[in-house]
Amino acid sequence: MAQSPRPTSRAAIGSLVLIAGVVAVGAGAFAYTGGFLSPERLTPPKLVAALAPPGGPALGHRRNHAKGICFTGVFRSNGQGAALSRAPMLAVGDYPVVGRFNLGTPDPSAPDATVRVRGLGLQITAGGQVWRAAMIDPPFFPVATPDAFYALLEAGHSKQPDAMKNFVAAHPELPAFGAWAGSAPYMASYAEDQFNSLNAFIFTDAAGAAHAVRWSYKPEAQPQPLSKDDFAKLGPDHLETEIAERVAGAPQRWTLVLTVAEPGDPTADPSKAWPEGRRTVEAGTLVVEKVEDERDGPCRDINFDPTLLPDGISVSDDPFPAARSAAYARSYNLRTAEWKDYPYQAPAGAAPQAKQP
Amino acid sequence: MNGDPMSSDSAHFTVLQRALHWLMAIGILAMLFIGVGMVSTVAPKYLPLVETHKTLGIAILVLALFRLAVRFIYGSPPLPASMPAPMKLAAHLSHYGLYALMIGMPLIGWAMLSAGAYPVVLYGGIRLPAILPQSDQLHALLWQAHVYLAFAFFALILMHLAAGLFHALIRRDGVFESMSPLPAGTRPETTPAE
Repeated sequence: MAQSPRPTSRAAIGSLVLIAGVVAVGAGAFAYTGGFLSPERLTPPKLVAALAPPGGPALGHRRNHAKGICFTGVFRSNGQGAALSRAPMLAVGDYPVVGRFNLGTPDPSAPDATVRVRGLGLQITAGGQVWRAAMIDPPFFPVATPDAFYALLEAGHSKQPDAMKNFVAAHPELPAFGAWAGSAPYMASYAEDQFNSLNAFIFTDAAGAAHAVRWSYKPEAQPQPLSKDDFAKLGPDHLETEIAERVAGAPQRWTLVLTVAEPGDPTADPSKAWPEGRRTVEAGTLVVEKVEDERDGPCRDINFDPTLLPDGISVSDDPFPAARSAAYARSYNLRTAEWKDYPYQAPAGAAPQAKQP
Repeated sequence: MNGDPMSSDSAHFTVLQRALHWLMAIGILAMLFIGVGMVSTVAPKYLPLVETHKTLGIAILVLALFRLAVRFIYGSPPLPASMPAPMKLAAHLSHYGLYALMIGMPLIGWAMLSAGAYPVVLYGGIRLPAILPQSDQLHALLWQAHVYLAFAFFALILMHLAAGLFHALIRRDGVFESMSPLPAGTRPETTPAE
């Protein structure tokens, strides 16, 4: 092994300083990249923590949309969607579905009527690929950007009397959502709710042409709109018992309607609905065939991350799906790490209290 | 142990080994920075960062397994006799650690996604099978392992870098040169007479 003359002690000290400097720069760059030096950066942990109610999050549960119930069924594609996307579940056929009806609350035991926003988590599987989505029932999102959503949550928690007023002044899109929340009826059943993607996605057809699309699942059931008070009289857990009974009686259906943007439509801003009269395509029917309690249900362990998409569907310039993906992953990591706190049902085979002979 | 086509001499790793080392050094550093960066942002770049992280991780796994095989075949130059025994022990242990992490981290990440019931999709739509069934407890364990071992990996790489520079600048004992990115033989004293 080639040996060179040892350095003088002065040169050696200089070299040690150099080595320490290299290590310090490396560690510093790593800390900077990880946001440890940037407390103002909106990180997934910050965004998820802001969803928690004042008493802290419900351990073991989703950090938002925590109250929900699982279902399985099929997506019956009529093939019309193939004009927009080559995704395998838009070709004609029946594809298995697992999903979750849910309420937009961090509290898994919130009474139904205290929650304004309802959601639908959905996974369609076809050809070894999945299309996961998480939709809600408002016609548009309250704010235009993930940063504004975080600021909205912060304003909601703030003890400053002007916090919300200041937020609205800076985010003129919010009052439209407030108007919807204050006037929209409460449907008596999940089966009567329409669920909307709100975010725009890029559908790519077999020829490689791209189309910006938002979609909705429109209910086949006849809506029974109720006032909040009348809905509250149905009971705190009405929606879950009702959907379980209804689906036990007959499968429930929603039509998947794809809406195609025209040039200039705001694809990047889910707080702005697209104008009426856009081309729509009815791509198929979601058939919910079986409802199961979340605790041992097939949806419990699924993160309905809306960026888990098949070939033929991808994210658009809408900044929300990426932010949601980052936050959902954080929520999933936390709740699975809190598995001890989740009320799993007793495993099958675990005997009830044995009678003493 | 040496004597392969691309080799230089017994004081140096083979050209193949050095190419793998420096290629993987770039890949692994990029991997660690992408990892710590992606989990700290909700910006649109989150998605391409995650996709790159998964793809690069599998590439590193394949390269690390290949490199381990190359190491078994061609070995490594002996450490200089002048190195104190504790320093040699530290060198050996840190290299076991580096190989364990190069192979283990991608497997832990892949297993973590599998235990979380996530599809594992790489750049270009390449789909990998699940290597574990869904399990909250396994997901939690693997997630925590992936996070803590990532910091340990980065710390080990900083120590490895510091040790390499220590050999290059202070001990000047040829250890750094054995893995130097420059072709062996550029140094006058090792140029073979022609």
